[in-house]
Amino acid sequence: MAAPAFSNPIVRWIDHRLPIFSFMHHEMHEYPTPKNLNYFWNFGSLAGFMLITMIVTGIVLAMHYTPHASLAFQSVERIMRDVNYGWLVRYLHMNGASFFFIVTYIHIFRGLYYGSYKTPRELLWMLGVVILLLMMATAFMGYVLPWGQMSFWGATVITNFFTAIPIVGDAITTWLWGGYSVDNATLNRFFSLHYLLPFVILAVVGVHVMALHRHGSNNPLGIDMKGPQDSISFHPYYTVKDYFGIAVFLLFYAGFVFFAPNFFGEPDNYIAANPLSTPPHIVPEWYFLPFYAILRAVPDLWIIDAKLAGVIAMFGSIILLFFLPWLDHSPVRSARFRPAYRFFFWVLVLACLVLGWVGANSPDASFHGVPFLWIGRIATSYYFLHFLVILPILGYVEKPKPLPLSISEPVLKRTAYGAKTMEKA
Amino acid sequence: MRRVLSVFAALASLAATPALAAEGGPLPEHHWSFQGLFGTFDRPAAVRGLQVYTDVCAGCHSLSLVAYRNLADLGLSEDAIKALAATATVADGPNDQGEMFDRPGRPADHFVKPFPNDQAARAANNGALPPDLSLIVKARVGGPDYLYGLMTGYEEPPADFKLFSGMNYNKVFPGHQIAMPQPLSDGAVTYADGTEATLDQMAQDVTTFLAWTSEPELEARKRMGVKVILFLLVLSGLLYAWKRKVWAEVH
Ligand code: HEC
Ligand code: HEM
Repeated sequence: MAAPAFSNPIVRWIDHRLPIFSFMHHEMHEYPTPKNLNYFWNFGSLAGFMLITMIVTGIVLAMHYTPHASLAFQSVERIMRDVNYGWLVRYLHMNGASFFFIVTYIHIFRGLYYGSYKTPRELLWMLGVVILLLMMATAFMGYVLPWGQMSFWGATVITNFFTAIPIVGDAITTWLWGGYSVDNATLNRFFSLHYLLPFVILAVVGVHVMALHRHGSNNPLGIDMKGPQDSISFHPYYTVKDYFGIAVFLLFYAGFVFFAPNFFGEPDNYIAANPLSTPPHIVPEWYFLPFYAILRAVPDLWIIDAKLAGVIAMFGSIILLFFLPWLDHSPVRSARFRPAYRFFFWVLVLACLVLGWVGANSPDASFHGVPFLWIGRIATSYYFLHFLVILPILGYVEKPKPLPLSISEPVLKRTAYGAKTMEKA
Repeated sequence: MRRVLSVFAALASLAATPALAAEGGPLPEHHWSFQGLFGTFDRPAAVRGLQVYTDVCAGCHSLSLVAYRNLADLGLSEDAIKALAATATVADGPNDQGEMFDRPGRPADHFVKPFPNDQAARAANNGALPPDLSLIVKARVGGPDYLYGLMTGYEEPPADFKLFSGMNYNKVFPGHQIAMPQPLSDGAVTYADGTEATLDQMAQDVTTFLAWTSEPELEARKRMGVKVILFLLVLSGLLYAWKRKVWAEVH
């Protein structure tokens, strides 16, 4: 790490004692990055951007919000009506949660497609799964805070799943609630944890990036950088690309915040929580729908009753991802060179979309005569089959296409071609 | 016990949501002034809607998230707001004798509730609770179309329909049995601006007014949104040009 010669004497003075500027220069400026990354590599920085947005808007909301069962709903309405630009802060936070998940899901599927979880990036991937779990916990508890009907009943239904745990289930649920039902004590602890967890996420993101910088980014070809001709410095190439990505992303995000702020929400959450009146449909936020579908798809299995089996399957569907680097043991990373894997990848994407759709519908409703319960069961089966059976087998039987020799080889070819067409023009 | 029961009801509804059974009928399609990218509230309609609310709905429904002073947004003058607030009686206190007292409303007060508590409201309404209307347009699927449909959806029940006593048939209300008697019919109010008070007119007006109480920030939000989107379009274009320039040497 050759310390760059900083021209500012104060920066030099500090850096000599605390090499923070050298560190930043090394990690964010000269950090070598594959030159062939496509726009799917923008989603990591977008997720980071959303995390900061959520923390900033969340802290402002917390200045005006009251975590009490009899005041929470009204305090959110005060934010909407009486706090200067409170509606803006709240809608940014509310839609921010949805966009954070959109960005993160794309980021995850990018990793799946290009094999970014494979050696030497297993820990990087597993830290990502930890972040996903923390995000889910944070978003679940955040949704409870406005204390509307969906907040209350969603919390009631989800926390009730802990009663499925044999023997100690009821005791655990009572302990989580801080009483015999979701009530003020529950709201208070959820607020406390909802404030805490984003900072835990921030810390895990830090470690995630540390792991990333050890071996650098994967790339669309899935092969390692072989020398300086394959890489470019992070700054200015990827900083400017990330800025551009953020601006385009903001267009979509702002479109919803300003013109359809309740698109992702449920009208029922504008009714204050009422423990005596159950809404006819209790649905979680859209980003939980696939998991909700898995939860409801599982029937009684041997001695395990459906509720417990569903909870196990739901958590299992994420825990599974920790083992992905070993379940998929093909040495080739990118789906570009794995025709069979590429096919199954798209089936998996389809299965996840179908699960989301099933999660939004009642299991005994049906689609053209096919009950959603069965559509959900098929999609759930595929999800597990994909990771537990298809991927391990593919590692043995699939014949990958030949890999390019280096990143710059195809890139060079394209440049040569580009130059030729330029000559013609 | 009731809580435990409702928890069970919630769990049951997870497993078996009657997806269609509880739904109401199809909603009338209507174009509202406040829809679209540049939508704004039709001020005269909203002010007439305020009159429908105060003359009719306020007998049963509260509007507790709205303060009288907020009506300035609809173009009401300070004097008109003071006069309207003063028609309400607000319980205040304790005074320096330690006693509660009644006083006329002030612009800073929120709309006064028709009943002191939910129990009183139920007692006066056959056991049914008239919900607060402040957020009603945001709190129902279909929003303004639903509210307009509800106001105009009272009909004779079909011959084979079993209507419980004290209930009314409404074609858009989920389950079609509603405890609220038809609140509006031709001539139910006499509009201060001379507009003819047909059922359709009043339904539109009160919907516009309650859409405003649900989303008082709507106009400011859309106005800011247009500016933000234009700014981001230009910013994206500039950043794209910059990106192309920086990357030109790499490709
Ligand atoms: C005589 C008292 C009374 C008056 C006057 C009245 N309502 Fe109601 N309203 C009720 C009751 C009671 C309910 C509860 C109905 C139920 O749950 O079955 C209700 C329910 C409603 C609902 C909720 C329907 C739903 O989807 O749950 C709306 C919206 C509504 N009223 C609007 C109005 C409007 C607008 C006016 C004035 C034009 C009005 N009401 C006048 C008594 C009244
Ligand atoms: C990982 C980042 C975060 C996620 C995914 C998240 C998610 C959510 C969600 C889904 C809601 C409900 C939105 C609604 O319907 O109103 C919410 C509300 C809230 N959040 Fe967060 N949040 C995050 C970070 C934070 C932080 C850091 C704070 C405070 C320091 C915070 C404070 C609040 C408050 C006060 C509310 C209630 C007000 C409201 O409902 O608008 N959040 N959050």
